[in-house]
Amino acid sequence: MIVGITARAAGMDAPAEQRFGRAPFFVFVDTETGTAESIENPLVADAGGVGPRAVQMFSEHGATVVITGQVGGNAAKALEAGGIKVYAYRGNGSVADALAEYTAGNLQPLSLS
Amino acid sequence: MKIAIASGKGGTGKSTVAANLAFTLSCSRDVVLVDCDVEEPNLHLFFPAEATDVPVTTPVPKIDSAKCNLCGECGKFCRFGALAVVKDRVLTFPHLCHSCGGCALVCPQGAIREVPRTIGRVTRSHPLPRLTLVSGVLNEGEVLAPMVIKAAKMLAEGHPLILYDASPGIACPVIETLEGSDFCVLVTESTPFGLHDLRLAAGVAETLGIPAGVVINRSDGKDEETLDFCREHDLPILMTIPFSREIATTTSRGGLIAALLPGWEERFTDLADAILGVNP
Repeated sequence: MIVGITARAAGMDAPAEQRFGRAPFFVFVDTETGTAESIENPLVADAGGVGPRAVQMFSEHGATVVITGQVGGNAAKALEAGGIKVYAYRGNGSVADALAEYTAGNLQPLSLS
Repeated sequence: MKIAIASGKGGTGKSTVAANLAFTLSCSRDVVLVDCDVEEPNLHLFFPAEATDVPVTTPVPKIDSAKCNLCGECGKFCRFGALAVVKDRVLTFPHLCHSCGGCALVCPQGAIREVPRTIGRVTRSHPLPRLTLVSGVLNEGEVLAPMVIKAAKMLAEGHPLILYDASPGIACPVIETLEGSDFCVLVTESTPFGLHDLRLAAGVAETLGIPAGVVINRSDGKDEETLDFCREHDLPILMTIPFSREIATTTSRGGLIAALLPGWEERFTDLADAILGVNP
């Protein structure tokens, strides 16, 4: 399973980011192999419509779970249509911390509607 | 001839000047007044009359799922996020679409065609024998004001004398309004805010190569800074309207000072002559 986590920098030790479409980095973790791929978000400074475009990037990377702070309405619609589950992490920890909380079953699903 | 009325700052009296100028011109010739402030058109309040509506539509993508192979090119191309390819479908977000048509061009499968979506309307009325009022109305929540302005201007096209009342600001809607105008009337007021935004609006007119002149509204008689600015930039002062309770009261009730207050039809006739004299 691929879990996509919004982050402020690259790598598992980077601080998790609460914003979804405007997070500086996306970290995709393969929970079976434990490998992580970090992508610099090209949409950070764009004027608008970043939500659906970010969702397409998550979809292309095969993510079926997203961990972030909050998502906007357009992103929520696209995530729902793409069958991607979203969990809320609003702590101050790293990407690894957010993933650990998710794995331990401590994160709540974000309401998308 | 096409005359645009703009200001930069909101509330300086663009619509007041446009309405009174249109009324005065219509006493001697046919004139079309176009309300290009499509987010909050209000010239009809000066000219109540029964109007007919024409819808304004903009093209948005429609996906033929039989042809689409979910390659994702459309979603990658669209910088407005109006399409997203997720798992087994292409989602469209029509309200984010800017109608550039690029998605249909980049689709390798030819699976995208454009369909119309209504974003507003243009209304037309004949409140006076020689005056036609055209108003653009953008639906709430929509962003494509220039599309509605373009449609309103198109409906007036072909008439010998057209006035465009612009929205405040200096961005896309105002530029769309000013485009193709032969002259721009910049309405300002005797405040630092009026002058600040007059500078911006004069810059837009200059950039677009449209000759301009200035109307000072609500003048308290201390207009030196504005006069200096106009002198430096070769902007003729076309008219000065004093700060007056009588004018404010008449206008606030939807009344035309050129029709109701003595002497003002003559002054707006002078304004018309000054404008038409600049570019007859």
